[in-house]
Parts: sequence; C-alpha cells; structure tokens
Amino acid sequence: MADPKPALESLPLKAHAAGLNFHYGDFQALKNIDMPIYDKRVTALIGPSGCGKSTFLRCFNRMHDLYPGNRYEGEIRLHPDNVNLLDRAVDPIEVRMRLSMVFQKPNPFPKSIFENVAYGLRVRGINQRAVLEEKVEEALRSAALWNEAKDRLHEQAFNLSGGQQQRMCIARALATEPEILLFDEPTSALDPIATASIEELIAELKEKVTILIVTHNMQQAARVSDFTAYMYIGELIEYGWTDDIFIKPKHEQTEAYITGRFG
Amino acid sequence: MALQSPAEIRALIANHKRWDIVFGVIGIVCLAICLMTFVTLFVDMLIDGYARLRPEFFTEFPSRRAGQAGILSAWIGTTMVMIVTAAVAVPLGVAAGIYLEEYAPGNWMTDVIEINISNLAGVPSIVYGLLALGLFVYQFGLGQSVATAGLTLALLILPVVIVATRESIRAIPGAIREAAYALGATKWQVVQGHILPYSTGGILTGVIIGMARAIGETAPIITVGALTFIAFLPPSPVTTEPPFLSFEWLMSPFTVMPIQIFNWTSRPDPAFQANAAAAGFILVFMTLAMNGLAIWLRYRIRRNIKW
Ligand SMILES: Nc1ncnc2c1ncn2[C@@H]1O[C@H](COP(=O)(O)OP(=O)(O)OP(=O)(O)O)[C@@H](O)[C@H]1O
Ligand SMILES: [Mg+2]
Repeated sequence: MADPKPALESLPLKAHAAGLNFHYGDFQALKNIDMPIYDKRVTALIGPSGCGKSTFLRCFNRMHDLYPGNRYEGEIRLHPDNVNLLDRAVDPIEVRMRLSMVFQKPNPFPKSIFENVAYGLRVRGINQRAVLEEKVEEALRSAALWNEAKDRLHEQAFNLSGGQQQRMCIARALATEPEILLFDEPTSALDPIATASIEELIAELKEKVTILIVTHNMQQAARVSDFTAYMYIGELIEYGWTDDIFIKPKHEQTEAYITGRFG
Repeated sequence: MALQSPAEIRALIANHKRWDIVFGVIGIVCLAICLMTFVTLFVDMLIDGYARLRPEFFTEFPSRRAGQAGILSAWIGTTMVMIVTAAVAVPLGVAAGIYLEEYAPGNWMTDVIEINISNLAGVPSIVYGLLALGLFVYQFGLGQSVATAGLTLALLILPVVIVATRESIRAIPGAIREAAYALGATKWQVVQGHILPYSTGGILTGVIIGMARAIGETAPIITVGALTFIAFLPPSPVTTEPPFLSFEWLMSPFTVMPIQIFNWTSRPDPAFQANAAAAGFILVFMTLAMNGLAIWLRYRIRRNIKW
C-alpha cells in the first residue's frame, strides 16, 4: 500500500471478471459482476453473510462444476493468456491446476503431512521422491510451517493444531505454484495468534502470487489487502483501493457495513 | 428474580430423572431378553453337541453311522462357496456403490435404481434361489455346482455390499472431497486416492456382515440343488502340475454347513441330533468370528482416519 498509489491502468492484470452471472438452479447468486484482479496484489472480498462472496470465489476454480444444476454466464479472463476460465471448452481440472484454493475450515486429508502437501504434485504425475521432498519443503517454508513440521512430516496431519493445519493447507495449495491463491475466510476457525501468523504469511506471499481473499473481519481486510470489493446480495457495490474504501467509501452502504452499522 | 427456587429446581430435576431410570430399566430388560435367547440357544447347542466336537468331526465325511459322521465336505463346501461369493459380490458391489455415489448423474433413472437396490435387500432369499435355478443352473449351464451356489449368494448379498459402500462413501466429508478436486484431481484420482482408502473400513464391515448372512442361507442353496449327502471333496484348487492352479472345483457338486445340519436334524435316529447341534455350534461360531473380524478391521482402519 505504498502512497502515492500508482494509476490503476498502469498495473498489470492477473484476471478480470466481466458480466459474470451465476445461478444455483433457479436462484441467481451473482449479478453482472465486473471486477479486475491485479497481478501480485491482495484483493479482499467483503460483504454481509449470504451476499455471494464464496460463490464468486468458487467460480474462479470452477468448484461449482462439481454439483449439478449450477450455471455460469459471462466470463473470468485469466491473463496473460486471456483464457476464459468459465468457458465450457476449458476443462475445470486445468483451471484447478492453475489456481489453488484454501478453505474456511482446515481440510487435511487423513494422510501424513508430507502426503498432504505432496498431493497436488502427485495428481500431476510427479512421484520422484527427491523432487517431492524438495517441493514439499519449499511449500512448507513458504507457509511458515517448516520449522514446526520438519521432524514430523510422516505423522498424521490431524495431529497438528488448527492453525498449523490451516498453514499446511496453504502449503498444499502453494506446492503446485498456482497463479492465483483463493482464500475463503481462511482464519475464521482460528485463534488470534494463528490468525496473525496467517496474515503475515499472506503479506509475504503476495510477492509471488496473486491473492483473492474473502473475509468477515474488517481489520483483516484493511491489514492484508491492496484492493477491496464490497458485495451485497449478489452484486458488486463498490471496488477500489483498500484505503479509499475504508477511508472515504463512495457508497453510504459500504461505509455503514465497514463501520459495523449494517450487515 | 428467579423463576424457581433452588429447592424447587432440585425437586424438578429429581422428578425428571425418574424417567431416565425408568427408560434405563426398560432398555436393560429388552437387551437381556435378546441376549438370554441367544446365549440359551448357543449353550444348548454346545451341551447337545459337545461330545461330537472332536478333531475327527472336522476330518470325516458324513456317514450312515452318527458316531462316525463329520462335517468335512460341509465346511470345505461352505468355504469354497464363500470364496466365490466374495470374489463376485465385492468387486461388483463396490464398483456399483462408487458409481452411484461419485459418477451417476442425479436424474430419475438413478433414483429408480437406488430405490430398487433397497428393495432387493428385502427380497426373500428363496426368490434368489429360483432366479439362480433358471439363470445359472439351466441358462448358463453351470449345473448344481459350487459356482452356482457362490453366484446365488453373491446376488443375495450384493445389495448389502452396495448399501454399505455408499454409506461409507457418504460418511466422507464433502470438504475432503473438495480439497482433492481443488488441487486438480480427476474423478478417478479422487476415487482411488481418497474415496476408496477412506471407505475401506466401512465397506469391509458391510461385506463381512453380508457374508455372515450368506453363510447360514439354506433355502436358495437347496433350490439350486446342493447335495445333502456327499462323501468326496471338490478337486483341489492347487495342483502339482503346471500351472499349479485348477478351477475344476468351481464346477463340482457340493454341500454346505446349513444343509448338512438340516439333513441331520431330519433323521429319525436321535444320535444325529448331537451332530446337528455340534455343526450348528460351529456355524454360529463361524458367524461370530466373521463379525469379530469386521469389528477388528474397522477399528484398525479407522484408527488412522479422523475428520
Ligand atoms: N448450493 C447452493 N444452492 C443454492 N443456493 C446457494 C447454495 N450455496 C449458496 N447459496 C446461496 O447463494 C447466496 C450466496 O451464498 P454464499 O455462500 O456465496 O455467501 P457468502 O457471501 O459466502 O456468505 P458467508 O459470508 O456467510 O460465507 C446465498 O443466498 C446462499 O443462500
Ligand atoms: Mg462464504
């Protein structure tokens, strides 16, 4: 958040949503969303419960394809190759190999820490021990878990604490070197200390990767993000630099939500 | 300000707890009735058949003289039939269960299939016997063989295996499935890397419970024509000549434990009743052992799986 802020036009884009509608069967959960996602920046999605933040995030890695009756319209372009992630011709598996997601609750596989972090690589057919070991270590280091985990790589992952499990899930998401990291309320199940360590981590990670994060915690949005998007009942109400949104929002509703008078 | 005084609250709790006690007692009585019935039967069989429970009982063929008759052909027949049953029902049932849970589109066809699988579990076993008589014995020309009996019992327990598979797959949290898909796994990668390993315990339990049911089935086996008196063994599956494996036993005539018991109980000579009791004891013991194995396996496998 270096001031003065560079002109938006000069920033490289990593992705952008254009005219995005999303339907759960007959229910339209996202309405005509246009939003840029800038490269190697953190974009926070905020808004009252049920406004469609998770739905929006899950469009990026086509999670909605796993369930019947869901429908997308419009596009999410991924740069630089300008592919439309929502295109039916694009395999959702390809999309999920390029973008990683960290979920609200830590969801380790009932396997060892090593196998958890290595899983994304194994899916890609990488099975050589040496390569896996190197990548797992690198990912665990990036997720600030290496020191705690290095002596227990072959223990069951559920023996880790909740915060460690979430960092392991981040390592698992990082191991495959994604172009965008999608976080859906990654700290809502964690205590303040674990939350702080994950926020620190996000600040470090944005050197390497573009991040999109859903959060209910206004301070967290203000601390970690460069851009903030405020959503309400499926619509994008306001988008801009995080400082602008938090200091002088254009919409009264945004201000009401941020200051806790609404939502 | 309080709605009730502490003394009143205590009286209220004491009153409410009376129902805990009443229900506890009813529960214990019900449980005792079930257990007593079973224990009585089991002990009664043991007492009646105790004299016959000697090693020779397992190594002798049935005989016209009660004192020399054994269950060799019956327990070997049962074992062979069970092997065929498991070999057929497990892959079919597990694959069908996985397909229904993970691959099947959610349309009316799937619904119809689902309802019918539950219905199949309720079809009387004699009906499976009739079906098998027409299909396996005559249509496929398998005759009155181990293969026919194994296939018949496989049909019988298939619904159990499918339902057990589906239930243990459903017990896997959606979050774990999503975690795997989110890393770019294909359906098959998710099935073989996650779904199968995490549901093995439940599937095994279902399989063994199904097998424990099949092992005591009599009606369908009689229908497909098991012999009641058999004084030879099916050909050995292992041979001394290459390729050392033989499948002739599949086509051999056979008998099984419940039929041997049935045969003995229908004899007028009371000495055969002791044989029946001894064989019945062994059959119940086999069933209990299988259930015990199921519990142990489930414990072993689930120990490493928590969510
Ligand atoms: N599988 C679904 N089927 C139908 N409607 C759904 C489904 N999932 C979510 N919705 C609806 O879509 C809307 C957006 O839900 P979403 O989960 O995206 O909200 P959210 O902003 O993430 O909320 P929260 O902050 O509580 O997580 C809600 O009205 C919700 O009820
Ligand atoms: Mg949400």
